[in-house]
Amino acid sequence: MVKADAVQGESSMRMSKIVRTIADVMFPFAMVFGIYVILHGHLTPGGGFQGGAATASALAMLLVAYGSIDILHRISEHKLTILECAGALIFAGTAAIGLFRTFFYNFLANTGSLFGTYPGYGPNGGDLNTGGVLPIMNIGVGLCVIAGLFAILVIMAYATTVKEPEEKGNGDETKGGH
Amino acid sequence: MQFVEFISTHAPILILAIPLICAFLTPLVSRISDKARNIFVTCAIALSLATAVLLALDIYANGARTYVFGATSPGIVLPSGMNLPIRIMYEVDGMSIFMVFISLIVALGASIYSWAATDKYTGKDRYYTLLLLMVVGMLGMELTGDIFNMFVFFEILSISSSALTAYYIEGDSAEGGLKYMLLSAIGGLFVLIAITLLYSQYNVLNMAALASSIQYTTLDIVALGILMTGFVMKCGAVPLHMVTPDAYTVSPANITAMLVTASQACLYALFRVSFTLFGKSIIENMTYGTVGIILIVIGVLSMFVGVTMALPQHDVKRLMAYHAVSQTGYMLLGVGVGLAVMGDSSQMDAFGYKAMEGGIFHIINHAMYKGLLFLTAGAMLYMTGTRDLNKMGGLGHKMPWTAGFFIIGALAISGVPPMNGFASKLLIYESVYQFSPLLSIIAMVVSILTLASFVKVFHSAFMGPQLSDYRNAKEVPKSMIVGMCVLAAVIVVFSLFPDWAVKTIVDPAVDALLNNAGYVHNVVGGA
Repeated sequence: MVKADAVQGESSMRMSKIVRTIADVMFPFAMVFGIYVILHGHLTPGGGFQGGAATASALAMLLVAYGSIDILHRISEHKLTILECAGALIFAGTAAIGLFRTFFYNFLANTGSLFGTYPGYGPNGGDLNTGGVLPIMNIGVGLCVIAGLFAILVIMAYATTVKEPEEKGNGDETKGGH
Repeated sequence: MQFVEFISTHAPILILAIPLICAFLTPLVSRISDKARNIFVTCAIALSLATAVLLALDIYANGARTYVFGATSPGIVLPSGMNLPIRIMYEVDGMSIFMVFISLIVALGASIYSWAATDKYTGKDRYYTLLLLMVVGMLGMELTGDIFNMFVFFEILSISSSALTAYYIEGDSAEGGLKYMLLSAIGGLFVLIAITLLYSQYNVLNMAALASSIQYTTLDIVALGILMTGFVMKCGAVPLHMVTPDAYTVSPANITAMLVTASQACLYALFRVSFTLFGKSIIENMTYGTVGIILIVIGVLSMFVGVTMALPQHDVKRLMAYHAVSQTGYMLLGVGVGLAVMGDSSQMDAFGYKAMEGGIFHIINHAMYKGLLFLTAGAMLYMTGTRDLNKMGGLGHKMPWTAGFFIIGALAISGVPPMNGFASKLLIYESVYQFSPLLSIIAMVVSILTLASFVKVFHSAFMGPQLSDYRNAKEVPKSMIVGMCVLAAVIVVFSLFPDWAVKTIVDPAVDALLNNAGYVHNVVGGA
């Protein structure tokens, strides 16, 4: 189990103040871009996975600037696991709600409720409120990818910075993907 | 009553959805307690198995079932106005459900076994998540009727099984996991390239629709070759068997048992591609003989090389892993002979059908006894801390259950008469003899060598005086015994009633493989 308060001087892991400030400034923009790609997955190129990867790279920028030890003080690996599972469950759960017809049945499309507007014909600006269950599934996949990729990056960064006296891995670092 | 009807309607997807959703619930459930999580995981697999039984009864009575995702009703295979299917669909026939049984029974035994077998390790919530995802990967490959979907599940299976192989870093396990991942990635790319070749020509990914439209051009023959290479790579047959012993040796015992069924899922994919996807075109172009001979050659090589490599091993799991290669050869031989005479109905009736019965019956037999043997090897490792046969000895005094299960498994794998391994091997010997006596003789010699090597293992691990190192050894915890019991019970039932087993579950599987016109008809109608 990865503990944030493990070892070693954390000051050595941070990069210079210039890098940290630039990372702070860039972070909101990178984040907004990633979330845009996730939310517009049913309208524009991209979707849950691509947007999730973009968002995770914004988080990776912070990781590089501040070092894994600082990051692990803020968010624990357990919370990332729960977030990841929540994302996957949103995806599978939405598919399972459709079981009154079939698995993956799009029960929201064209109903007029959430994400249920009928999409317009011909060239138009794109209406976010369309697509039925697709945006919900994109959000689920996005959450899963953000949490999963970020957890992998944090743990790999942590494993390379902290030198334990004896390598006694009980496998918590191993992470299967989706 | 309505509930049963609901389950029965949606059974093809529920078999897969239950372990998938439970996989992601597992880390949350393990917040309650370890015990709750263990029971939760086992219940998920058992529930999925129960659904599979329900579906199997329906399939044996009413024929193959299709399930279309996202349609207004599961039965709408062609949306109005279309003459090719566009949605992903599952098509479940006798062969699919047969493989589903294998995967789920072994997974059930393995999950119960791992309650106690992993108790000294940490990080078990993700371990069980990956275990369930591995089950999902196998089931997806076996149930799907869409070739790209099969590739997706192939990748899920590869990633989760290589992660599980290296989950606990002990000895060479990282190396084994890495090799497994590398080989799976290459195999996966082969499959993807072949799918691209087919899709670019016919604009359809559904296997039934593809089977009906394949023209057997040169490009299609290349695609068939690449697909077969990709799947043979993963199922551990001889020219590409390098990774099997490495990965099987180092992974935790219950995962090894599941790796056997994972390789069989790829074997299923190989049969599905050669019989269903290309079946019609290879009969029309009279090339079934060639394709069949390729499978037979791979099979005979696997049998012989596997067993000869197994004989000198003294690492118990490595020895069994080479036997897994060797037993895969029997399945390829049996089914390959069936494929080689597929277009010739007189030979098919004379011995081809029997050979396929033998080959396919051998799949389930092998999954059960090899799974059981790996679990007993895990039990030896758990008590003695070593896999080296030269350091073991006298374990029979302290571990009677393990010794008993080992005897059942060893007799079955060697094809000693009352056991199920004998039943399937006899079917193969008799029918292959009519095809070519030499192949049948090789198969018998391999079987004798198998017996010799397991006698060696039994003698050096269980017989002899107690060793002072293992004076404190005792029987393994109850959950491990129960896990082995699940597989041993299936072996005993098949040994007592082989005829019933062949008639009930094997024949529908063989019929399903040979009936490619029916498979196509379910989806594309009269085309």
